[in-house]
Amino acid sequence: MNLYPFMTEILQIMIVLGISPAFVGWVRMLKCWSQGRTSAGVFQPYRDIRKLFAKNVVLAENASWVFRFTPYLVFGTTVLAGGIIPMLSVDLPLSATADVIVLVALFAIARFFIALAGMDIGTAFGGMGSSREMTIASLAEPAMLMAIFTLSLACRSTSLSQIVTVIFSGQIQLRPYLAFAFLAFVLISLAETGRIPVDNPATHLELTMVHEAMILEYSGRHLALIEWAGMMKLMLFMALGAVLFFPWGIDVTSTAAGALRAFLFLLLKLGASGVVLVLIETGLAKMRLFRLTEFLGSAFLLATLGMLAYYILD
Amino acid sequence: MSMLRDAIMQAFGEHVRFDHGLHPSSVATCLVSRDRFGEAAKVMKKAYALLAAEWAADETLLGRGYGVFACYRWGNEYLIVKTEVPSDDAWFPSLSRRFVPAFRFERQIMSLMGITPAGNPDVRPWIKFEDWPEDAWPLRKSFDAAQQMPRVRGEYPWTRAEGEGVYEIPVGPVHAGIIEPGHFRFQAVGEDVINLEERLGYVHKGIEKKFESLAWQDGVKLAGRVSGDTTVAHSIAYCRSLESMTGCPVPQRGHWLRALFLERERIANHLGDIGAICNDAAFAFMLYQLSRLKELLLRTNLRLFGHRFIMDRVIPGGVAVDIDPAGKREIFAEMELLHKEFERLVLIYDENPSLEDRVRDTGILKPAAARELCVVGVVARASGLNLDCRIFHPFPPYDRHDWMQLDVPVLISGDVHARAWVRIQEVRESFRIIRKILEDMPDGDISVPCAQPPADTTGFSAVEGWRGEIIYWLQSGPSGEVNRCMVRDPSGVNWLGLELAVLGNIVPDFPLCNKSFNQSYSGHDL
Repeated sequence: MNLYPFMTEILQIMIVLGISPAFVGWVRMLKCWSQGRTSAGVFQPYRDIRKLFAKNVVLAENASWVFRFTPYLVFGTTVLAGGIIPMLSVDLPLSATADVIVLVALFAIARFFIALAGMDIGTAFGGMGSSREMTIASLAEPAMLMAIFTLSLACRSTSLSQIVTVIFSGQIQLRPYLAFAFLAFVLISLAETGRIPVDNPATHLELTMVHEAMILEYSGRHLALIEWAGMMKLMLFMALGAVLFFPWGIDVTSTAAGALRAFLFLLLKLGASGVVLVLIETGLAKMRLFRLTEFLGSAFLLATLGMLAYYILD
Repeated sequence: MSMLRDAIMQAFGEHVRFDHGLHPSSVATCLVSRDRFGEAAKVMKKAYALLAAEWAADETLLGRGYGVFACYRWGNEYLIVKTEVPSDDAWFPSLSRRFVPAFRFERQIMSLMGITPAGNPDVRPWIKFEDWPEDAWPLRKSFDAAQQMPRVRGEYPWTRAEGEGVYEIPVGPVHAGIIEPGHFRFQAVGEDVINLEERLGYVHKGIEKKFESLAWQDGVKLAGRVSGDTTVAHSIAYCRSLESMTGCPVPQRGHWLRALFLERERIANHLGDIGAICNDAAFAFMLYQLSRLKELLLRTNLRLFGHRFIMDRVIPGGVAVDIDPAGKREIFAEMELLHKEFERLVLIYDENPSLEDRVRDTGILKPAAARELCVVGVVARASGLNLDCRIFHPFPPYDRHDWMQLDVPVLISGDVHARAWVRIQEVRESFRIIRKILEDMPDGDISVPCAQPPADTTGFSAVEGWRGEIIYWLQSGPSGEVNRCMVRDPSGVNWLGLELAVLGNIVPDFPLCNKSFNQSYSGHDL
């Protein structure tokens, strides 16, 4: 039996778990530098997570099972999503069984439960955050699907491995629809991962929060899991963008050397995506909440244009 | 000019008594009977005056009952209208029908002094909390500040809003950032704010009461701690009020140094505020850069004047610290550097469309509303009110208008951008003024010893701090001790402006509106 796919699968999940805090640390470090500050270093998120795990959980008296269960579910679905995206190799067992629609659904499940948990305690902030998150989700998810369907159409498959293989093999060259889909994907990623200009991950202002408002009541290991899942989600979106639109370096040969090379390329691409992210975040203020509809509407429009461009031009 | 004095003389004839013993001579105090206290407000309103403050003093030690005072301002004229209230029949006619901010002043008078404002629709406690016994009036002379208060159960009746989809968001009193405590209660439909009610008083420290147990010379230290970020302006206001009672001839150099400290405080706080406004729109770059500039300024303060915020450097009779030529050179060089860097940052603020989109048309306080609420300072100047004590009630060197040519920015849009832009302009002006002050500062003493005030006199001062006009009103008792010290921080009126400015905005824009006001909790709660 060929052990390679299983080994890469395990390796990839380890990478997602292990590297995501460093990636967030890298983004924060760049951000500090861009603002002329000294940073806490790449490894600060690890220390934060360790600190949170060591702390006791403070539960509200009226917390139901939804509230206690959500951190594990969110963490689980995010790890699973990490197993689906072909980051090192296209030869992934999970990637063969779960396609891109499953990926979007996994994120949707996590979001659904976190929104429920936000309302579970009954504080005003939690409900406010959940309502805003659902507004964003209802606009971002269709746009996300449209953007990825554009690629699926071109590659004649909804399997991520298949899409990456086709793009990597050079069967489709640089086309307008790819550019449209990519732009849409960038906008959606900012919304999905709660970055400026959609949400501000660093704010302490309860009234402006989206994601943070929902998890205000969490503490200890629950918060650690949610924070960690958030870090993974950010890294997964960057990695997804990297493999879909810039698949260079990915291992299609199913060899250990190929996987190692793919890993190095992945690091490079993540590093570069961090730079781009920080440039966007430093240069922009957060949007007014109701500007989001325009922002995500244009993402949807771009994705739709991509799809039209595919039909018209190809 | 004496528009207000003439107006009240004309309306009241021989029924108004001017108290010529009161100080300073430019600020008149007149006495009217209690029944006609409200009528005086009507006359003032007709003369376009704004209500600057309303307060009460316990004058039982002076052989009278209570005194209720209302201070009106029009242009460069202040007029204090006083009425006397017997202690066994403690009520006075409310001014809230004529002047909106009176309702808060009167709630405060009711809570702390126990004099009923007859006709005020809102007599819920203010500053004093409901878990105090209702008949504990801390500002009365009969109240012993050292006693332990029993806790009683009480409930604060909040304004309610009902209807489908209306929900309440209680925010505070403890906030997530490192800021002071205050409670905000929003009623919202979806994200739209339909009402905001503020509840302050969480930092009530009994400052006004404490003044009464201090010697005149020590009061300035307490004044410097009323609101830590405004320590210079509060100290100056206290000192000027005290000096007006004794006719203390403060040397010119003392005045000029005070002006220097005042402008440095203004720059430091405005730099912090402009950055904080941007940060609340998630544009953190500005916050960090402006904080860096502010830090440079504070460190120079520490080196030259011995304190980062120049606390306790203003004393009755002058100032406690002088500046030498080397210090002057250092400030010149620093101003050069700060000004250059500041202009670069202003350019970024001005040219970033995403930031502009957030600050424009957010949190509008219309000029008409600003006038009704009698707001002061930056908030007033962003809403079309041309008020600035540095021009209308100046002390040297501000009184040399031709030499100083102070250009006070007045904008009419009243939004977050206007309040930020007024600050930006003021920082620029302050850079210029500081250079001018340093160039032409007269030589001589920096302070003179001040005499003790005589018995039963009052003193008044208004000083333009960085937030706006600060008013101190002092009264001496039968043996010349402090009988009453009234402090009116700009926050005392400007908090009302925020309640109005946030209406019609969405909930997530509130922090931005709030930061553009940036009022003091400590200065309000006293």
